[in-house]
Amino acid sequence: MENKVLTKNFGLKDSHLLSVYESTGGYQNLKKIFAMQPVDVIEEVKNSGLRGRGGAGFPTGLKWSFVPKDSPKPKYLCVNADESEPGTFKDRYLLELDPHRLVEGMIICSYAISCHNAYVYIRGEFVYPKVQLEKAIEEAYQKGYLGKNILGSGYDLEITVHRGAGAYICGEETALLNSLEGKRGMPRLKPPFPAVVGLFSCPTVVNNVETISALPYILDQGAEAYRQFGTEKSPGTKLFSVSGHVNRPGVFEVPLAYSLKKLIMEDAGGIKDGKALKAVIPGGSSVPVLTAEEALEVNLDYESLQEKGTMLGSGGVIVMDETVCMVKALTNLAHFYSHESCGQCSPCREGTGWAHKLLQRISGGEGRAGDIEELQKIADNMAGKTICVLADALAMPIWSYLKKFRNEFESLIKD
Amino acid sequence: MRSAEESTLLFEVMPKLTIDGKEITVDEGTTVFEAARQVETTIPHFCYHPKLSIAGNCRMCLVEIEKMPKPQISCNTVVQEGMVVHTQTENVKALQKNVLEFILINHPIDCPVCDQAGECKLQGYYMDHSASGSEFNEAKVKKPKRVDLGPNVMLDDERCILCTRCVRFCDEISQTGELCVTNRGDRSTLRTFPGKKLENKYSLNTVDICPVGALTSKPFRFQQRVWFLKSVPSICTGCATGCNIYVDHNDGKVFRYKTRENEEVNQCWTCDEGRLSYTFINEARLIRPLLKTENGIEEINKKQAVLTIVEKLKSEAADNMVFIGSAYESNENNAALKKLADALGVKRLEYAYHEVENPSSDDFLIKADKNPNRAGVKKLSYAEFSGELSGKTVIAMEKIGTSQLEKIRLKKPQYLILLSSQRSPACELADVILPVSTFAEQKGSFINFQNRIQKFESALEVKGEMQSAWQYLQEIAEGLGHAWNIVSSDKLLQEFFNLNYEAIGEQGKVIEN
Ligand SMILES: Cc1cc2nc3c(=O)[nH]c(=O)nc-3n(C[C@H](O)[C@H](O)[C@H](O)COP(=O)(O)O)c2cc1C
Ligand code: SF4
Ligand code: SF4
Ligand code: SF4
Ligand code: FES
Repeated sequence: MENKVLTKNFGLKDSHLLSVYESTGGYQNLKKIFAMQPVDVIEEVKNSGLRGRGGAGFPTGLKWSFVPKDSPKPKYLCVNADESEPGTFKDRYLLELDPHRLVEGMIICSYAISCHNAYVYIRGEFVYPKVQLEKAIEEAYQKGYLGKNILGSGYDLEITVHRGAGAYICGEETALLNSLEGKRGMPRLKPPFPAVVGLFSCPTVVNNVETISALPYILDQGAEAYRQFGTEKSPGTKLFSVSGHVNRPGVFEVPLAYSLKKLIMEDAGGIKDGKALKAVIPGGSSVPVLTAEEALEVNLDYESLQEKGTMLGSGGVIVMDETVCMVKALTNLAHFYSHESCGQCSPCREGTGWAHKLLQRISGGEGRAGDIEELQKIADNMAGKTICVLADALAMPIWSYLKKFRNEFESLIKD
Repeated sequence: MRSAEESTLLFEVMPKLTIDGKEITVDEGTTVFEAARQVETTIPHFCYHPKLSIAGNCRMCLVEIEKMPKPQISCNTVVQEGMVVHTQTENVKALQKNVLEFILINHPIDCPVCDQAGECKLQGYYMDHSASGSEFNEAKVKKPKRVDLGPNVMLDDERCILCTRCVRFCDEISQTGELCVTNRGDRSTLRTFPGKKLENKYSLNTVDICPVGALTSKPFRFQQRVWFLKSVPSICTGCATGCNIYVDHNDGKVFRYKTRENEEVNQCWTCDEGRLSYTFINEARLIRPLLKTENGIEEINKKQAVLTIVEKLKSEAADNMVFIGSAYESNENNAALKKLADALGVKRLEYAYHEVENPSSDDFLIKADKNPNRAGVKKLSYAEFSGELSGKTVIAMEKIGTSQLEKIRLKKPQYLILLSSQRSPACELADVILPVSTFAEQKGSFINFQNRIQKFESALEVKGEMQSAWQYLQEIAEGLGHAWNIVSSDKLLQEFFNLNYEAIGEQGKVIEN
């Protein structure tokens, strides 16, 4: 069984070229798709059970169906290529090695939601991926897959690539929209949701690069074929970015519900230097950490990870061996989130900074009695009380580190 | 009878909800915050402002709503049918306390030297919530304490809680967009855009709406502890709009005007020019009558002054007299002058007015007519100033604009009696000057450009022999054998406008032409 959906061309020479993509069947399906009703495209995606790969795992077809069909306003697709969550680097591979898959996916999604102007919001530091993507878009225009009257279908689509300027928060979909509009990259209040009031106040779908890149397969092979991977509730394949103390870090495509142990120990070549595994962050830096025992028994799907009190997130697997000081690791995360907080909500603006300073003090050996409780309180008081979930993205690590590795914190507290 | 369909429609348009056990029906689209106000509950808040877009950033207005998994900000939550909202539970109190703690950790808490102390939301809520000590053991973020934002406004960056009310004011109300927040996280900082200054015509409103002491008015900075100020409802005399204000004063001195809400006139804003026009009340005031003699100008007492005027008028033929009211003076004072004219048979009633070169104006509040009562003086059938005064005996009230003074200089009256509150260029032309109170020292009314009559209260005590123009005019009338028996300005308002102050109310009243 061919078990790759997203990375099947990664091994081919010049996989980023149009000719190579076409030779593997790329774009060959567009005519058939344009013959379908947009609602049927949405239906197919719904049936596939595809869930957003940007972190929240929201059902993709359902999201598209929220776009009001009778709205006279233009509709937009914004592809989220801001990929900035520490430990996550899968979209980058898709952009560099198979950009045409993304372009075709964007055509499919745009057609389904009647969008004629699609955007890719790409992380500013992704210079090379951006060059690759722009080359691919250029090729697609020349071949008539983009532009006016695509393949004689009467359907028009323009794609614009926009570079971010180095803010993690611009990966949050409404901050992304603000940034794209030329405003300060700050999350918007919800409701309204982007599907109704999005880019330039028009209905907008925001989807992750990986989500969109799965579409050509789903429309070509059908929802059922996609569902042969994974489980009923977590169908399909997923890219995992494995980093940290492993012998072979990298991006791996596996069917959902794959064993995390297998991913680390086999695909990623096991723990470096024969050290013992200590902890694993399974879904990008913001999700609760797993102890070695938990990590070695969990499967990588939305439900299994949830049962273990953590999340699949963006699939950024960060592996930590026995040498890692968990206090320092958390301090590092607190630094990141306090640096990246957009600063508009009082609890996040102040709480992330407070947590960082407090953790710095503990890791510097200046911990005092009461600090752990204080840290716990900061996390409790900011989580779930802000405009976006960045505050939760630091609270979740704090809770889990304090719960699972409390002794390491306690040992640094002087009484 | 309504059809079932109509009833459901009505039902949908007017959702019903319960707030702290009180049931209430509200208009569709009402937020929980606004609905709470309708049952007299003001949910603690910083960033919400009724005239500005919703920012939802302070998170102070969190409430519990049954069946919702997380606390919700009331300012951005639209009421849904059947919502059950709790704003007073222990849990909600804890939410507010926790938000306050976050806001306070990097706050300088320099209330002893902060102009806002005493009217600060942050201070107020802190007192409401336990007033407990700090548990913050880290170094505070340092920010600059004196950032010059523009001609009238100074920022103390450490006190700023980043509610963005001021930013939204400049974007949405003045529409000048000078302000922004730069940087991120706890380094976030309020600034003007590069190369810009906060210098719109309404910039001091940002100081009014700043919930803390971050934005301060340069003229008011460090002038007065606010709890010493007495606040009196009044009307700005800066232009024909007549913005509703409070005159804040202490020790016989006006320290500032603050906006008073009037949806029909100025909403809750005032322009900087008008707001800072109070200085005339404090400066160059006349407190004794003055008489021009061969030896120059001499101070005389009230009795002598009135007597001098009475003597002069007694011998004057009615058609040789011109009485000049003022578009800057109250209805009551203009009415008294008219009453005197009627008593003496004087037919020529004209009005003077305040003039400025290149008067500011816009399509929001500011009117080019810099007089608060042109409509009032016209209603009393005064004609506009003609300048034909040669050889006449004239009684005039300030303010008299420069071009009018020019005409008076050219066609000199034979005798000029001036009622003025301060030393002014007109004084040089007068033969006798009566020191009158400004609007801040008396009760009275103006009629603004909308034909809305609005009242003002007396704020300051009069000094020396200063009194209202109508009081002087009554004394003159009496000297001439006309007993008026007026003890307060109400009577003039009643007689000439058929109104009383109560009927005018706090928000004024539009009157017929
Ligand atoms: C702080 C923050 C950062 C985020 N960064 C990214 C990102 O870099 N890439 C991404 O695809 N989604 C990111 N997201 C999630 C997006 O808001 C959004 O859910 C996602 O792009 C939707 O696409 P999907 O449904 O295809 O997953 C972020 C969310 C938050 C709160
Ligand atoms: S939670 Fe943090 S990052 Fe998100 S909007 Fe609020 S301040 Fe900005
Ligand atoms: S200066 Fe005042 S009004 Fe402006 S953001 Fe800061 S606290 Fe809010
Ligand atoms: S608009 Fe006119 S009335 Fe209002 S504050 Fe300014 S000067 Fe005063
Ligand atoms: S008042 Fe609602 S969040 Fe500030």
